[in-house]
Amino acid sequence: MKTWIGKQQALIDFTLSSLSRRKLKNFGLLLVYALIVFLLASVMLFTHALRREAALVLKNTPEVIVQRMVAGRHDLIPPGYIEKLGRIRGVQHIEGRLWGYFYDPVVRANYTFMAPTAGTINEIQIADSEIVIGAAVARERGLEHGNLISFRSYTGKLFVFTVASVLPHDAELVSADLVLLNPADYRAFFGIPADHYTDIALSVANPQEVRNIAAKLSETLPDARLILREEVLRTYESIFNWREGIVLVLLSGSILAFAIFAWEKASGLSAEEKREIGILKAIGWETGDVLKMKFWEGALVSLTAFLLGYVAAYWHVFHFSTALFEPVLKGWSVLYPRFELVPVVDGFQVATLFFFTVFPYTVATIVPIWRAAITDPDAVMRG
Amino acid sequence: MLFQPAIIALLLASAVSVLMLAAAAPYAWQLARHWDIASGSELQLRLERRTYLLSTLLTFVFATQLASLLLFIFNADKMAVMFVGAMCAVGTLNANAWGFPALFAQIAVFFMAAVWLVLNHVDTRAYDYPLVRTKYILLMGILPFVVLSFALQLAYFLNLKADIITSCCGSLFSGDAQTLAADASALPPQPAMLLFYGALLLAVAAAIFHARKLRAAYLVAASSAAAFVVALTGILSFVSLYVYEHPHHHCPFCLLKPEYDYQGYWLYLPLFAATAAGLSVGTIQPFARVPSLAAIVPQIARRLAWVAALGFALFAAVATFMVAHSNLILLKD
Repeated sequence: MKTWIGKQQALIDFTLSSLSRRKLKNFGLLLVYALIVFLLASVMLFTHALRREAALVLKNTPEVIVQRMVAGRHDLIPPGYIEKLGRIRGVQHIEGRLWGYFYDPVVRANYTFMAPTAGTINEIQIADSEIVIGAAVARERGLEHGNLISFRSYTGKLFVFTVASVLPHDAELVSADLVLLNPADYRAFFGIPADHYTDIALSVANPQEVRNIAAKLSETLPDARLILREEVLRTYESIFNWREGIVLVLLSGSILAFAIFAWEKASGLSAEEKREIGILKAIGWETGDVLKMKFWEGALVSLTAFLLGYVAAYWHVFHFSTALFEPVLKGWSVLYPRFELVPVVDGFQVATLFFFTVFPYTVATIVPIWRAAITDPDAVMRG
Repeated sequence: MLFQPAIIALLLASAVSVLMLAAAAPYAWQLARHWDIASGSELQLRLERRTYLLSTLLTFVFATQLASLLLFIFNADKMAVMFVGAMCAVGTLNANAWGFPALFAQIAVFFMAAVWLVLNHVDTRAYDYPLVRTKYILLMGILPFVVLSFALQLAYFLNLKADIITSCCGSLFSGDAQTLAADASALPPQPAMLLFYGALLLAVAAAIFHARKLRAAYLVAASSAAAFVVALTGILSFVSLYVYEHPHHHCPFCLLKPEYDYQGYWLYLPLFAATAAGLSVGTIQPFARVPSLAAIVPQIARRLAWVAALGFALFAAVATFMVAHSNLILLKD
């Protein structure tokens, strides 16, 4: 075992000095290689961080949301509807929610108006004629604590609100376009009569009961549409994976180009390299030894490029907010939240990335390396 | 559902493996037919050169297959969130008829690849390449399995539909179902434990005996194969119960989840490594009679036997630790 390690050490040593003798050529390869890793790793790190963000956000949402449908359209929950649900075993809490969209012609964007209900986790007491707004709304309209703002409601009446506070920046991913106001103001603003609600939120303690409860609900309320949290989560997961996959497929052209480049590099041996191999064989190296040396060369180049590319991608995603891929992967809107992603590195993802980069490189270089390794010493030295 | 990064990577790896093996097959055939180390003809010289390429290529392909198995299982586990009713890899694999066959084919290819790699290693150690023929004839035997594994994976991934309801591990591994897995799960813990420790003890003892005395190589292989099957049965029937601390949850895949601190990898990695090593001990045994390998085979077999013994012992220790550490009480004495 010791001799084996000693031999590999000597081989690595030799390979390194051989690589450093042709700095420019190897540097070019390393650069292109690292760039490929950087591109792919950026996409993967970014989508993975978004997926995690979505999962974290959804963690505190209600398990089941009941919406009432009339002629296939979302409608208000009429009085008595919540009572009709009755007591369902396994449901901890039922609440009617009030929320809706409001189009603001000034910034040409939709706000989400919401009246926080008493007794929930996100309970905030808001006084009459006051609002609490999300950071993006504050930014777009140039609002601060204590400012006055007026909205023309859908009934044509003008409502004036005082900004009580602006929601903290860390919550921007979920609250960018949010406007919170108290239920009475909400009803007055949108003209919604008392006892009507937008939808109903149910919290269920045991996640394995969610489907059973949903089944029961759809029996008692045939006109209801049920939205389950796990379903939303699943949709997000699929969508982000799909987007990531599409970008990777689009980038596969560049992977292919890179493989061809690596093939060319490995097969286009310079006269000097050929002489080197010839001399090595003349002084007693076997074909197997040359192959081993080349293997170490590939491994060293791959690992260096992988590390460089991955670290660069990490910086790109978590410190420069993925400036290159944002439009494709994130989607856009007028009131887009500004947010920093929490850095996450996932072993599974590193393994997948390895398959996408090192694997093609190795495949592309096997045959050229073998061709180089079987060179006859006399043929090289005579020529 | 093809556009998932890990699926693309897996299919890419499989497809490239199949392509490389298919490209190598005609040459392997030629090698197997015309190889004659005593000859100094031009053909023989060409073949000798080519065998370097082939063995490098195949080493690479088979090493890829070893890694693919891990990625395949990991991927199945990760995708569970995307299927209604799935909670771990079982649900994902059960999402259509091809999932479990693909897994089993991948496991079979894993062991064949491992054995082939050992043979290749033995062959390169000798000065006259005594196993070239055997190696390449064996390659022809493995090729169909690699193709099958690729086909099954392709069928599996192409037919994955996110909108179907699959079944969770709870229904597949419950004692009432009429499947082999269910029968294994329904095995009462006491005989299962006896069988489990008995088989592992036999495998470890055989391996140590072989490492010491260089005898009973086939017993090592047979007991390793048996220990592999019994170990999986044991995981189904009682180890998993202790890990989950739940008397009816028999799933062998949930062990791999982060909720259980990835404990499963501590079980499966030593188990697979030990089984592969044990099988290899038996496979290289017939070649101990080849003169140029007379000194090499025992040396490698001894090392492999130690790997097998340590692997099975580690596996047993980890399983015992899980059982001892658990708050669940299955057996009352």
